[in-house]
Amino acid sequence: MKQNSIRTRFACGFLRTLKRLPKTRATSPSTSPGEISKRCRIIKMAADASMASAVGPRRVWSRAVIRRIRLQQRQRLVRRTRRGERKKSGKGVGGGAGQTACLRKLVPGGENMELCRLLGETAHYIKCLNTQVQVMRNIVDLFST
Amino acid sequence: MSSRRRSRQSEGTSRINDDQIIDLVSKLQQLVPEIRNGRSNKVSASKVLQETCNYVRNLHREVDDLSQRLTQLLGTIDADSPEAAIIRTLIM
Repeated sequence: MKQNSIRTRFACGFLRTLKRLPKTRATSPSTSPGEISKRCRIIKMAADASMASAVGPRRVWSRAVIRRIRLQQRQRLVRRTRRGERKKSGKGVGGGAGQTACLRKLVPGGENMELCRLLGETAHYIKCLNTQVQVMRNIVDLFST
Repeated sequence: MSSRRRSRQSEGTSRINDDQIIDLVSKLQQLVPEIRNGRSNKVSASKVLQETCNYVRNLHREVDDLSQRLTQLLGTIDADSPEAAIIRTLIM
């Protein structure tokens, strides 16, 4: 899948989400730190969700991101305490287990993948993260003028 | 390449997997600027993995930072200002 089409889908989806955010009125006291960090979390969640849906379900990492965000949204609505993540006892990890541990934590869905899949997913994940950063930077520059 | 666990598969299968892994590691090497712009000699796989982890962490930090800046920018946009009108037309 070409990065250009991912980039366009991400940019459109993310901007649409930003448009739907509740607008802050100039008069309302919306600058409390709690409010700011809440909006920041929402924006970050929107960025990750738009990125994952621009990629679609064909990647393990994008599916994992969508799962995580849906879980977070459900928890926000129901106000449950956060459940610990289920650790599946998968097959033995491929070679270089000690070195891949940190990568497995960083790449969404990476915990149970065998090594070849993990490396491929990481490569795609990095390309998409770069796209995400570029688009978000462009949007920030746009809003900053 | 650093030590790998011996798999229970046959020799042939594990050799194929090793080649795949070498190929994938070299692909990663191309993506991570730290390694790509540095020495052009061969870099060990563990170094590639290490730099990849650092790179992914940096990218996460950038996304967080950009989200914060967006939060501030969206918060300061006065709904009636001319800039807001321009941005609205761009978004729609």
